[in-house]
Formats: sequence, C-alpha cells, structure tokens
Amino acid sequence: MTTYYTKDHEWIAVEGDTATVGVTDYAQSQLGDVVFVELPEVGKTLAQGDEAAVVESVKAASEVYAPIDGDVAEANDALADEPAKVNEDPEGTAWFIKLTITNKDQLSDLMDEAAYKSYVAGL
Amino acid sequence: MADATVAGDLKKTPLYDLHVELGARMVPFAGYDMPVQYPSGIMTEHKATRDSAGLFDVSHMGQALLIGPDHATTAKALEALTPSNFVELGFGRQRYTVLLNDEGGIIDDLMVSRPLDPAQDGTLMLVVNAACKDGDYAHIAANLPDNVTLQIIEDRALIAVQGPLAVEAVAAHAPAAAELGFMSAAPMEFDGIAVHMARAGYTGEDGVEMSVPAGAAEAIARALLADDRVSPIGLGARDSLRLEAGLCLYGHDIDQSTSPVEGNITFCMQKRRREEGGFPGAERIQSELKDGPGRIRIGLKLEGRAPAREGAEIRLPEGGPVGTLTSGGFAPTLGAPIAMGYVATEHSKPGTKLELIVRGKALPAEVIEMPFVPNRYYRKPKT
Repeated sequence: MTTYYTKDHEWIAVEGDTATVGVTDYAQSQLGDVVFVELPEVGKTLAQGDEAAVVESVKAASEVYAPIDGDVAEANDALADEPAKVNEDPEGTAWFIKLTITNKDQLSDLMDEAAYKSYVAGL
Repeated sequence: MADATVAGDLKKTPLYDLHVELGARMVPFAGYDMPVQYPSGIMTEHKATRDSAGLFDVSHMGQALLIGPDHATTAKALEALTPSNFVELGFGRQRYTVLLNDEGGIIDDLMVSRPLDPAQDGTLMLVVNAACKDGDYAHIAANLPDNVTLQIIEDRALIAVQGPLAVEAVAAHAPAAAELGFMSAAPMEFDGIAVHMARAGYTGEDGVEMSVPAGAAEAIARALLADDRVSPIGLGARDSLRLEAGLCLYGHDIDQSTSPVEGNITFCMQKRRREEGGFPGAERIQSELKDGPGRIRIGLKLEGRAPAREGAEIRLPEGGPVGTLTSGGFAPTLGAPIAMGYVATEHSKPGTKLELIVRGKALPAEVIEMPFVPNRYYRKPKT
C-alpha cells in the first residue's frame, strides 16, 4: 500500500485499483470540531477536483475535492453518527470514501509523506 | 482550506500578545486581528462558558461617550436616533438599542448606559459594533444638537466574562461586581485598577463586560485566566453562544433593511417611544407594530445533523420560498443544528414545519421559540 497526499490536505491510500481517501491530521486541526460529514453516493463517478464530500464544523462548511478520478465504491457511513471521529482519527478509522481508480497516472502528481510533511511545515 | 491571512493593515487589541501566547488562531475580523479559537477548540470553549466561565476580548468594539449639559438633553439627543427610552433610564442602568435610518432600518445595535454617579449626569456611555463604529460615529455626530458632543474612547479595552461562575470569578478581584443587577453598570476597582463594570453580555449567561484602561487590560485578563474557572474564548464560540441565546449578529440577522419589529427585538422599544414615535422611520415601525410586519425573524431547529448556514433558502414543505436564513450553525449545548432567518409572518408560528435548502437538498426544520437555550441572566433576589 502506498499513501499519497494533496495540497488540499487529503490522504489517498492506494491498494491495487482501490484508493481510500480521507483528510489529514493537519486538515482536521484547521477545521476544528467536526459536527457533520456529507459523503457521496456509492456508484457516483468523480473527476479529479469534483466536490466529493462536505465537512461541517461548528463554524463553517468546507468542501473536500476528489484527489483523482474514480468511482465511489464505498462511503464511510460511520461518520454520519460519529462525525467527531474526523478529529480523533482522521488518518485511520475516519476515512471518507473508497474510490475505484480510473486514471492511475494522476497519482504521480501527488505528494509522498515526506513531501507533504515539508509542505505543511512551510505553511 | 489553507486560508491565507493577510495581517498587513489589521489593528491589534491590547490583548493581542496574550492571544498569541495562549496559542490562539488569529483571523481578520472587522479590521482587527482577533482570536477565532484557542487550542482547545470552539466546542470546548463553548461548553466551558456554559458550564463555568469564559473570558472574551471584545476590545475591537467601539466605546464612546455622549456628553451634554444634563441627562434630559443627552437622552433626548439619543432618542432622536433610536426607538428606546433614555430619558427615564435610571442611574447606573444599561439598555440595548438600535440606531435607525430614515426608513426604520437598523444602522447598528448598541448598548447604552447611564453613569451611576449623579455628578457625571449628562453623559451616556455607548458600546457599538466593531464593523460599524466609524459609520455610527459619523452618523451620531452629524445628528447631535450643538450642546451634545460625541467623544470617542480610544484608550480603553473591553473584556467580557460570561458563564454561571463568571461573576464569582470577577468578584474575587472586584467584589462590587457581585452587587450589580442585570443590565446595571458601575465604576469599581479590579485589583486596585479603575474599571467600569456592566452586568450584561452576549451569551445568554450571567456575566459582565468591563471597560478597562488599555494598559491594564493584560494584567486584568491574566488575573482572571489564572482562575481555573475561567477559560479564554474566541470569536467562534462567541458566535455559537449568541446563536443559542437567540441574539442577533449585526450585518447578518439585522441590517439596514430590517426594522426592529421585523428583527423581533421590539423589547428595545419602551412604551412611551412606541406610542409617541419621534424616531427615524417611525411611520413604518409604528405601522408594523399595529398591523404586524410582512416578515419576521424566527428560530429554527433542524431535524437531522447537517447544519444550514446563512443564505440558505427557507421553503414550505413541497412548496415555494418563504424566506432566507441569516445565521445557522451547530448548537453545542443542544447537540443539534439551529438557525435564524426571516420568513413571511404567516409562517412564523412555533411548530410550523419548513425546509431549508442546503446544497440542493431540502432539510426539514421546525420553527421554535428563541432563545434556543434558556438564558440564565442574573435576577436579584427579592428582599
């Protein structure tokens, strides 16, 4: 499994043709207390940059964009009942969606963990 | 997500360094660099205020004095701009009011207090919104009689302490604070520093707002924060607290187009003023009082967990639009989303089922009485 990161603070864990997508610890710290997560329907086709999910904190709504092209294979319904998991375990149990990857070439433009860490350090 | 903060021309309050030291996330607000939250986060800060006490830096708000030859003259000058009764405001009493434009719309909402000391009579103390202060001052100054002047105060900070344990915590340094009634104000000493203390606030809780010399603000804030009962609270929780308390945020829930009747804040209009009129926009406001306004500000509780925000359309179930949300968010005390907005008056009755349109989806909601969370203002025991 290889994990990639985006400048929008998403992580993408790739295993075969499946990418698990969530937001990073930095993202959750910036969002603040998450009170609601809206996830896409299973089966929806997303192009890179499409709105994939919406995260609502006490104060504001923030969009999460699809980091790569793919079809939504699974959505983490547990977040509906426990949105605070996004704050507690953003890079683990609080994953957002699993995508069936339709364009693997896009992965090469994403950051690896070291690159993302230095990107966040520079913010 | 990475919202770059331009800190260039932002003003700082006297507590700026303390906010940074406490690890606050600073954001631009009304021209000031202000703490939106501290490391504990909005939810924790909100609950700390409801359960114990929170300290808020509200020094960005405008403090000013209206000074005239005697109380009646100064009070009448302010009555000409607002629909409230200031002539009969007692010594050391505070009142909420609105500045009105000629159409009866709201230029700003503000707090006004009359000094406790009869020797200072003829002065009224004003606290106005940060984002409105320049406009307010220009409007007030341009509409005063020759013998009343507006004096803007630049050398004082404003610190609010709110929550069920707030007054206890403040009284440890300023014992006279415990004697104040709700919406009363008095000069007193806080650890030997001369402050002006008002028992009021913007959270629905008991508490105070104190005007303090800018140079002493940090010492006072540190003294309060050294008390385990008191936590620092940012603008984020200030907003969720006032929303739960059903209180208006100027520029959102009330503005130049809304009258105090539409805004559902007619408590700021005392009987004599309602009857006599003599304020800007009196014709509209008195007719709305008599016949009811066409639209009115209401509270809404959403059925699901998804919040609806300012700007969302309000519709009848399976029907057409009847209004717009002016504030909305998650209520930490209720663990549910709530909102405020304006609807056509015929749909404003508590219990009315409505829908809020969020990202193309209709979220079911119901009109409920405000405040959303019961207020706990101080009531003096009857003796």
